[in-house]
Amino acid sequence: MRFMLLVKADKNSEAGVLPDEKLLTDMGKYNDELVKAGVLLAGEGLQPSSKGARVKFSGSKRTVTDGPFSETKELIAGFWLIQVKSKEEAIEWVKRAPNPFPGTESEIEIRQVFEAEDFGPEFTPELREEEERQRAAMAKKR
Amino acid sequence: MTAPDTHRAIEAVWRIESARLIAGLTRIVGDVGAAEDLAQDALVAALERWPESGVPDSPGAWLMATAKHRAIDLLRRRALLERKHEQLGYELEAVQEMAVPDLDAAIDDHVGDDLLRLMFTACHPVLSTEARVALTLRLVGGLTTEEIARAFLVPASTVAQRIVRAKRTLAEARVRFEVPRGAELAGRLSSVLEVLYLVFNEGYSATAGDDWMRPALCEDALRLGRILAGLAPEEPEVHGLVALMEIQASRSRARVGPSGEPVLLLDQNRARWDHLLIGRGLEALRRAEELGGAEGPYALQARIAACHARAHTPEETDWKRIAALYDVLAEVAPSPVVALNRAVAIGMAFGPAVGLERVDALTSEPLLRSYHLLPAVRGDLLDKLGRFEEARAEFERAASLTRNARERDLLLQRAAACAGRPVVTGPSRERKAPMSS
Repeated sequence: MRFMLLVKADKNSEAGVLPDEKLLTDMGKYNDELVKAGVLLAGEGLQPSSKGARVKFSGSKRTVTDGPFSETKELIAGFWLIQVKSKEEAIEWVKRAPNPFPGTESEIEIRQVFEAEDFGPEFTPELREEEERQRAAMAKKR
Repeated sequence: MTAPDTHRAIEAVWRIESARLIAGLTRIVGDVGAAEDLAQDALVAALERWPESGVPDSPGAWLMATAKHRAIDLLRRRALLERKHEQLGYELEAVQEMAVPDLDAAIDDHVGDDLLRLMFTACHPVLSTEARVALTLRLVGGLTTEEIARAFLVPASTVAQRIVRAKRTLAEARVRFEVPRGAELAGRLSSVLEVLYLVFNEGYSATAGDDWMRPALCEDALRLGRILAGLAPEEPEVHGLVALMEIQASRSRARVGPSGEPVLLLDQNRARWDHLLIGRGLEALRRAEELGGAEGPYALQARIAACHARAHTPEETDWKRIAALYDVLAEVAPSPVVALNRAVAIGMAFGPAVGLERVDALTSEPLLRSYHLLPAVRGDLLDKLGRFEEARAEFERAASLTRNARERDLLLQRAAACAGRPVVTGPSRERKAPMSS
């Protein structure tokens, strides 16, 4: 199963303060450990929300708001995507990570990624319908 | 934390730490059997202590320290018993090494080497293929005997026996705990790669049983492949194999239909392919090529898989290129199965009549006599040529040869679809998928 490990933002990451050399080294080592254990699928650090935007959906309306966004603790500063056998294993890996914002309180949230089998048998009629629709669309294209 | 929570946490720690633990201990005590026993003892100690004391901050270090104490006891006992034993010097050296103040640092420095040695030992040619598979999954993959048994649909006692016998064989053959060098390396490495790909394939297209795929096995093989790529980054074929597995695994979701039936490559919904894995696969392939390994057997198969991965629709598939890659593969790693796949590619590139000619040349091949994909491919080509009655007979023959229930259903369906169709002259325009997926 796959888990996304979400690093929550703090005021420094939102201010665009780059990690110092020590943290970069520690993170490098940690990433290396994840790679060597064969569990890391992907991982990135994110720029502050001031460089991002949001698209708000309201019925059929779309409204674009530029960053920055104020609710710092709810924002995300980076992520890893890992493949492991259990939530406990994901937790074990996260416990080994360096504190993303040394000297402060920070948080990494662990979220499981949906897999096809999570949808269960009750999902199959729609799935089948979707498949058939796509196939029909492809057949038309030919 | 409740006791069951702690147990699950300990299982997770074991999965992360066991290979390094066993590898490090093997270097100290000299054989994997004793090392695994020591590691298991440490695990039992953790299961006794941690539910009360809580999981320590560095659980891996705790397990290692506990196991090392026992290893020292073991070595002392051995030294007393076998004073004149030739291994004494070697063992004393190990004991002295453990007297280094910064023990963990000393162990850490060796971790990569030890893990690699462990892989080579578990896949040693003195062992049968089945034993190599079981030992690799158990020692390097951290799987329990029960998990291995479930994966290969055999009783747990069979797997347990295989592992015990394998450990004894290694000890009796006095297999050294080392990474082979020079001329020996290539052969030994290919044994490791073969074991990993065998595990992957058993998960990817289960040879027996009711499920078409057992994804957990694919994941284990991929994890071991990625670990190996980190341990032996200069070996192009390691990256070639990882590339092949990543790209094949990218299709997992798409190759099983809603009720568990197989969906063949050209019928798959490509939007359901895992593009993250495809990207990882292409990246691993690039590394294999950079290291000069473009024509290694695994890299060639990965390049063929990459041709499919790069095609956004089945029609975009570059079959001529695939056929050309099979030409090279048939020279580098000739086998009847490669020849059959090559015939399929040629059929797709140059028409079913040419493909059938190639397949017919293989029907006398003894190794393919009971291989279900031979009649399946023949059936497919005959179907495309409008020779439905012959096609039906071939699909039925294929169905009678496969041991996988899902695959049998699919083949019988295709046989039924051929039955009663009028014979047409000239090839049918329909492009049905070949049996690969």
